[in-house]
Order: sequence, then C-alpha cells, then structure tokens
Amino acid sequence: MSMLEILDLHVAVQGREILKGINLSIAAGEVHAVMGPNGSGKSTLSYTLAGREGYAITGGRILYRGDDLAALAPEERAAKGLFLALQYPVEIPGVTTMNFLKAALNAQRRARGEKELDAISVLRLVRATAETLKVPEEMLRRALNVGFSGGEKKRLEILQMALFKPLLSILDETDSGLDIDALKLVADGVNALRAPDRSMLVITHYQRLLNHIVPDRVHVMADGRFVAEGGKELAHELEAKGYAGLAKDAA
Amino acid sequence: MAAIQETRERVASLGEKYKYGFVTDIEMERAPRGLNEDVVRLISAKKGEPEWMLEWRLGAYRRWREMREPNWARVHYPKINYESAYYYAAPKSSTKLNSLDEVDPKLLETYEKLGIPLHEQKLLSNVAVDAVFDSVSVATTFKAKLAEAGVIFCPISEAIRDHGDLVRKYLGSVVPVSDNFFATLNSAVFSDGSFVYVPKGVRCPMELSTYFRINASETGQFERTLIIADEGSHVSYLEGCTAPKRDENQLHAAVVELVALEGAEIKYSTVQNWYPGDEEGRGGIYNFVTKRGDCRGHRSKISWTQVETGSAITWKYPSCILRGDDTVGEFYSIAIANHYQQADTGTKMMHLGRNTRSRIVSKGISAGKAQNTYRGLVSVHPRAANARNHTQCDSLLIGKECGAHTVPYIESRNPTARIEHEATTSKIADDQLFYCNSRGIGQEEAVALIVNGFCREVLQQLPMEFAVEAQKLVGISLEGSVG
Repeated sequence: MSMLEILDLHVAVQGREILKGINLSIAAGEVHAVMGPNGSGKSTLSYTLAGREGYAITGGRILYRGDDLAALAPEERAAKGLFLALQYPVEIPGVTTMNFLKAALNAQRRARGEKELDAISVLRLVRATAETLKVPEEMLRRALNVGFSGGEKKRLEILQMALFKPLLSILDETDSGLDIDALKLVADGVNALRAPDRSMLVITHYQRLLNHIVPDRVHVMADGRFVAEGGKELAHELEAKGYAGLAKDAA
Repeated sequence: MAAIQETRERVASLGEKYKYGFVTDIEMERAPRGLNEDVVRLISAKKGEPEWMLEWRLGAYRRWREMREPNWARVHYPKINYESAYYYAAPKSSTKLNSLDEVDPKLLETYEKLGIPLHEQKLLSNVAVDAVFDSVSVATTFKAKLAEAGVIFCPISEAIRDHGDLVRKYLGSVVPVSDNFFATLNSAVFSDGSFVYVPKGVRCPMELSTYFRINASETGQFERTLIIADEGSHVSYLEGCTAPKRDENQLHAAVVELVALEGAEIKYSTVQNWYPGDEEGRGGIYNFVTKRGDCRGHRSKISWTQVETGSAITWKYPSCILRGDDTVGEFYSIAIANHYQQADTGTKMMHLGRNTRSRIVSKGISAGKAQNTYRGLVSVHPRAANARNHTQCDSLLIGKECGAHTVPYIESRNPTARIEHEATTSKIADDQLFYCNSRGIGQEEAVALIVNGFCREVLQQLPMEFAVEAQKLVGISLEGSVG
C-alpha cells in the first residue's frame, strides 16, 4: 500500500515558488532519502508535509495513505501517524519535557478516540523508551529543549518518534550538528523503528547519515525539483562528485 | 452582650429619627439609591454594630465626600455615578435548585473543564446537596478543628460583635480609613467579609481555602477582610474561586488587611474570575481593590499570590509594609486580560526595617484587544539598611491588537539597598505553536500549555488543590484568543 504519494507539488512561501513540481511515491515499509544543497527546498518539503502555516500549496496534491493531506490540520496529521523531526527543535520555557510528552501523547490518543493515559502510565512508557535512547531522566524534568545541547535536542526528537510510533516519519536534517556517537545513537533509534508498516523520509545534506540509516531510494533535490533518483549507491556517487557535478550530469 | 443590647436600643431610636423611615421596615431589601449618612447608619444598624463601628463608618463617609476618584491608572471606563448605586441590599435568600439539570449548561461546561468535583459543582451553583456531602456538616467539622486550635474564623460582621476588641485594635491599622478613594468608600459601606485571628505560636491546621470554598458564600460588593497572625503563627488563606462568578453589581471595592506579628507568616492567595464582560467588551465587573499586609513584627513574612483572569477592569496592588527587621514580602501574580479587559495591577513593597527582603514575580498575559499594565513601587526608607528586592516582570502578548505596559517605580533612600529589576516582553512564537501542533496538540491546548509554562513560577506558589484548577483556568480564559 502506498504511504505517501506526492503528485506535481508546487509550494510557495510568501508568494515565492520554492517547490516547482515534485513527484514522490513512498510505499509502506520503505525508507527514502532526500538530499540536496542548502536552499534547494528540502525543508520546505518537510514543513509542507507537516502542514506549517505559510507554506501554500499552489499546485499538485499530496496523498497520505489515500487521504488528501492538505485538508488536515497539523495536529490531525500527527494523530494519523505523521511525524516530523525538526531540524531546529523549539524551546518552550516553563513546560517540562515530561509534561509536554504527556500532553502530546494524550492529544493524539484523544483524537483517535483512544483512552488517555494517566500520569503513571506515561511516566513508565517515557522512562522505558528514554532508556533505550540514553536520554537521562534529568532531561525529562527540564523545560522542553531549554538549554539542551544540539545533540540532546535531536535525541529528544527521536524519543518522541519512538513514543508516538508514527507510520510516516520525516527526519529533517536530524544529523546536523551531531558528533559521530550521537549520530549512531540517533540512527539506532530510527532503525529500531523500521517495520513493514512504517515508512521514513530522511532529509539530509550529507551522505554519512545514510551509512547508518540505509535508504531504499535516494532523491536529489536542486532548485525545487528532483534532479536525480536512484538506489543507496546514488548517495555515494553524490559524495564523490558533489552536488555541482551531479547537477551537470543531470543537465 | 451589653453591646448588643445597646445596639438594639440604638436601632430602635434611630428608627424614630429617620425622615425616610426605611429603617423600621424590617422586610426591606434595599436602601434607597445613593449614599448619605442615613444609608451608612442603616448598614450599621442592619448589622447590629456597636457605636464605635458606626462612628468609624461615618468618619470614613465624611472623608470620602471630600475625596476624588483617582485617574492615574491605565484603565478607561465611563464615569461611575455613585449617586445612582445601591449601597445596601439584604442578603438574597436565593432559591435552591433541585438538581444540576436546572443549572445553566454553559456554567456546568466550565465546571467540567475546571475539573470541579460534582458535589462542589452543586454547592457552587446553589443546588441542594445530599446528606453525604452536606456542606453544613463539613463546615461543622472544620469549625471544630479550628476551634480546637484556637483559630477564630468568622464573618467580619460577627467578629465586630463577638471579638470587638480585636477588630477595633486592628481594623484600619494597615489600610487607613482615608487611604484612597475606594478604600474609604469601602470603610463607610462595607457589607461583610472574613475575619481571621490565629493565636500565638499556632499553625492553622488547614488551608482556610478549603473551608472558604465549601462555604462559598455570596461575595459582597464591598468586601472587608482582616487577618491577624499573632506571634509565631502561620496561616494560609485562599480567596475566591476558579469557578466563574457573576454579580449584578458592576462596582466592587474590597479592602483586605493583613497583620503579621513577630515571627508570623501569612500566605494569601487569590483566584479572581469575575465576569469580564462579553467579547465585545459590554458589561463586566469593575474591580477596585485595596490589599495590604503589614509585617509588623520582626522576622514576619507576608506572601501574596494572585491569579487574575476576570473583571472588565482590575485595579489592584496587593502590597507589603516591611516594618519589622528581617521581614519578608512576596508578590506572585498572573494577570490575564483577553478581549476588551483592562488590568492595572502590581504591588508596593515598602522597606522600613533592617535586612528586609522582597520578591516580585509578575506575569502579565494580554490577548485580543486587552491592555495589561504592571505598576509597582519598591521603596527603601533611610532606616532600612541592607534591604533587598528582586523584581521580575514578564509580559506575554497573544495577537496583534493587545498591549502590555510596565511601570516600575523604585525609590531608594539607603545606600546599602540592593534592588534588581528584570523585565521581558515576548509573543507566543509561531514556531512554538507549530511545534506543539505537529506533535498532535491543537491550537487552544498549545496556547494553554505555553502560557502555563510562562506562568509556572507563580502557579507553583498556589496551594496544591488550586494549582491544577488554576492551570485549567488559564487555558479557559484564553479560549478564542488565537485565530
């Protein structure tokens, strides 16, 4: 079954067209990577999929498990199993991480008509998951992302992903700013979630993440379009030639 | 007893003198419109007050006649016609409802959101309660417990009759009769309120909130509260209720006086949720309150915590006079103004004694077309060596049409004083909202979550049982503030 179907997608931000006709099809269980230089439109794609305000779909459509994604509010998308790990996770002062996780978990459950979890159950669930990702208990008591290091913020994103068990995860440059140990930890977390009914879209600037999260397909984006597609070997080719070289080949 | 007898005779004699003759009418519900000495006499007589109290009221009334309404606050409202208002109405014998089915469903919805237990919902909405949760029996248990500890907790009208010496000694000793226009008006016509006396060395065995809430009495238009904590005692008092309150009287002018003697500690928490007017700014309560605490003895402490979400206009500056040496004053405030609400609130910390310390944490939230002002004074007198103050003033704006204003006054007349003032103004950022949304948290819940985070330091100061409700209240008062 198709998880995500993007058809000739055009997206404008503040009146300027950023995505200029994107086509992408991800089947259940597949991991796709999107690579490309800065400013090519990678983050615009991830924000559009998550439903951020200001990202206007001016043409084409996005089908998520058969539903028209544009008709859903961001929180509805989350409840239906779509998750975006942000490149720059946001700080919310005064809201403890644990409290935020509880609010998010229960908001999603409520939207799906499931019973809310009580504080104790949430605590148990979060603790168990945090342990596998080496997220210390102390971090959960701090205000959300406030004063977290880059690595801690990214680990918290993956912790959320592990908690929500999304069907489609979009990882927007999750590797940026991570040292190799943190990168491995994050990759292990992501790999642990790979399953026949889950798909992932991994957006990255560098090939090194793809050594740890091995994709089924690689797409190269430049100036709002996919300019090359291939298997995991395309990432290596890109690493060797650089984006400039590839763009020349494509032309 | 002699006093009561004397009052009775006095009322009887007054009746003959009254040209309007309304005193003799026992069944009368209201005094005529407007304010004059006769109305003051009537109020005093209806309460069965002793002579000294009547004189006190009349003194206040005469001063009030000479005073002018203050206009320095950043609030705008049509001129109040004090001559067309009623200053005395007999307590309404409100009709009991038979079940919650008869209560306004909108009210019930709010109770539900606040998570108020069912039996308390009934009490609050004036539904007759079953035997198990009978308010009278609960109240009796509380009363016995308090009496055992020697704590006096009763309506101030009762205290004037039964504990006259205490009231006479302390009433008006913190907020003088002629303190300000609204306080003076209150002194002349106050209807009722609470009186608390905690004897030496006694730790009040319960949060007086619990009792107060169960007894959720009709709050008067001109409420008067007096709390005295004798040497080494401790008391925590919670005024108000998270449940929305409606009142037909638009003008409210309360006075609260706190006296902490040596080594005593008073914690006073308020949740104010009066009717704020509708979304167009029509109606709503004008709330002009004078609250002041006097740390009269050395090493005493007074702590104010307020959550102000209601009223069309809030004019309120709970203050501390740090008279004794080594005294501590605290003010923790959350003021939320939505739609067309106007709040001008803050505190005064008067450092008179040595080594006095004060701490101010103010969180103002403005949404809609509301205006929210923090107005504060930190004053260090020449004798107050080593006085310290830390003030933190944070404003949060939601939307584009509201305003936040910070007006801090600092006066230091002692070179050893240390005064710090920090202020921030921020908006709820789009990326914060999006982050919450993308995790499944809807718009309104996200706003509530972010605002609660913003207020956390203050919410933590509330008594446990109210902290949870107050958190929900913060969310409810901002409903509809984000498009």
